[in-house]
Amino acid sequence: MANIDETTQEVLNKIDEYGFKQEGAFNLRKDGTALCHGDTENIKIVKKEDKSGIDVYISKNAQGEYVHIPVVITSSGLNDEVYNDFHVEAGANVTIVAGCGIHNSGCDDSRHDGIHAFYVGKGATVRYEEKHYGEGPGTGKRILNPVTKIFLEDDAVFILDTAQIGGVDSTKRTTLVELNGKNSKLNVTERLLTHEDQVAESNMDVVLNAESSSAQIVSRSVAKGESKQVFHPNAIGRALCHAHIQCDSIIMDKANVKSIPEIDAEHVDAAIIHEAAIGRINDEQLLKLKTLGLNNEEAENVIIQNFLN
Amino acid sequence: MLKVRDLVFRPIEDGVEKTIIDKVSFDVNDGELLVITGPNGGGKSTLAKILMGIIKEDEGQIIFNDKDITSLDINERAKEGIGFAFQQPPRFKGMTVKRLLTLAAGGSLSEINCCDLLSSVGLCAREYLDREVDGTLSGGEMKRIEIASVLATGHKLCIFDEPEAGIDLWSFSMLVKQFEKLHKNSDQSIIIISHQERIIEMADRIMVIKDGKVQGIGTKDEVYPVLVKGETHACMSEN
Repeated sequence: MANIDETTQEVLNKIDEYGFKQEGAFNLRKDGTALCHGDTENIKIVKKEDKSGIDVYISKNAQGEYVHIPVVITSSGLNDEVYNDFHVEAGANVTIVAGCGIHNSGCDDSRHDGIHAFYVGKGATVRYEEKHYGEGPGTGKRILNPVTKIFLEDDAVFILDTAQIGGVDSTKRTTLVELNGKNSKLNVTERLLTHEDQVAESNMDVVLNAESSSAQIVSRSVAKGESKQVFHPNAIGRALCHAHIQCDSIIMDKANVKSIPEIDAEHVDAAIIHEAAIGRINDEQLLKLKTLGLNNEEAENVIIQNFLN
Repeated sequence: MLKVRDLVFRPIEDGVEKTIIDKVSFDVNDGELLVITGPNGGGKSTLAKILMGIIKEDEGQIIFNDKDITSLDINERAKEGIGFAFQQPPRFKGMTVKRLLTLAAGGSLSEINCCDLLSSVGLCAREYLDREVDGTLSGGEMKRIEIASVLATGHKLCIFDEPEAGIDLWSFSMLVKQFEKLHKNSDQSIIIISHQERIIEMADRIMVIKDGKVQGIGTKDEVYPVLVKGETHACMSEN
């Protein structure tokens, strides 16, 4: 069993809410290399030969299994790029717990670009949870630029639960989802918190190519300080399909939030809806929580925590 | 327990000073149920909000359990033991019913107690615990959850601002029973702003507010003639 230092463990506690253990299927990447990894009978993790990263093979016999693949960077100035591909057999049912945490105590920028691709077979269900987090006393920036590509076959279900919980100075998220199979379903929840002078950009293209495919995209964000956020989800309907995009943001202090939901119907039976709202914390909510005994700051925190829950 | 002296609220609206609350004084005794009634726009809800600290009065004094709370903020009054149910409770995206009730209970609330609370306001606990207190709930559901949030913990004084508004008949009967129970089984003082005869019937004393002034305060026998004689009887409705 690999030794995990205290800083790494603390970061793991933030990004893996189940509690990371060296059990079952797992791969812990630390400062650009795999620190430890484990397979199960149904889930095999294979190191890539041609570039940095892993292939994760999930068999149809994996039912209700978990894969934990956290990334931790504690080395200031590291620029880490990794390619992880997930091959999910028809009928499998898995939860993949990913996430990246950067502890930067130096003056150089630390950056992680996780490029993930998911090939999801017929009738398979994947829940993908990803948490991004930054910390550390250094002046070097903590940068995360994830790229997520998802390809769904007939009746496949993909639940994408992604959250940036604070401390990330700069992020540019790119997500591409292709619903290529009939009745395939996508459910995205994106949560993002920025503060100070952080910047975050999220671009998401969801292409509904197949009949009766559907997508639900919910994005919630809170922008504090002088941070800036830009959201650009785009649902493209090329068949009889349903898609719903909902972007909600709370803006505070001197922050700037730009929300640009786009819907694009290329088929007469494509039904696509978008909603977007940006606003400050509601005074009525603050008053209600104050009548429960919370002071202003506590009430604000409760509203933000629940909004991003 | 509660002594209100010479409360005045005189905001400036469109450049004109308007008197909404005009030298209102009254007491609420320990364990007493006081129903405040009167015509719409008479100042009842404003008065309730001043008592909770939601609106700041221009003049007057509020003494609660021998302590001057006039300058205290809302949360400080809550900590002194005052609970408040809003007439139009706010919705919270992402907050579950269970979380809201847990906060209302002071941070911890067992699932059983949470279910009992919801049942007491006529909601099936299993359906509501994990639902969000957001736009998916109807106005009536929101009102019942609001009342449950005040019942979640013991107070010295509970203020309910038109609890019956937006509630269906069946739930209203249940609500009346809750108020009766609260009044009978605890030493909490209760102020209910209401137009409903069944709630007024429960009162130890009734206070009629009209045009920002106290028109009358006393027992049912004392105040009913005031209600019936004056125009204010129009504000009462049977259920």
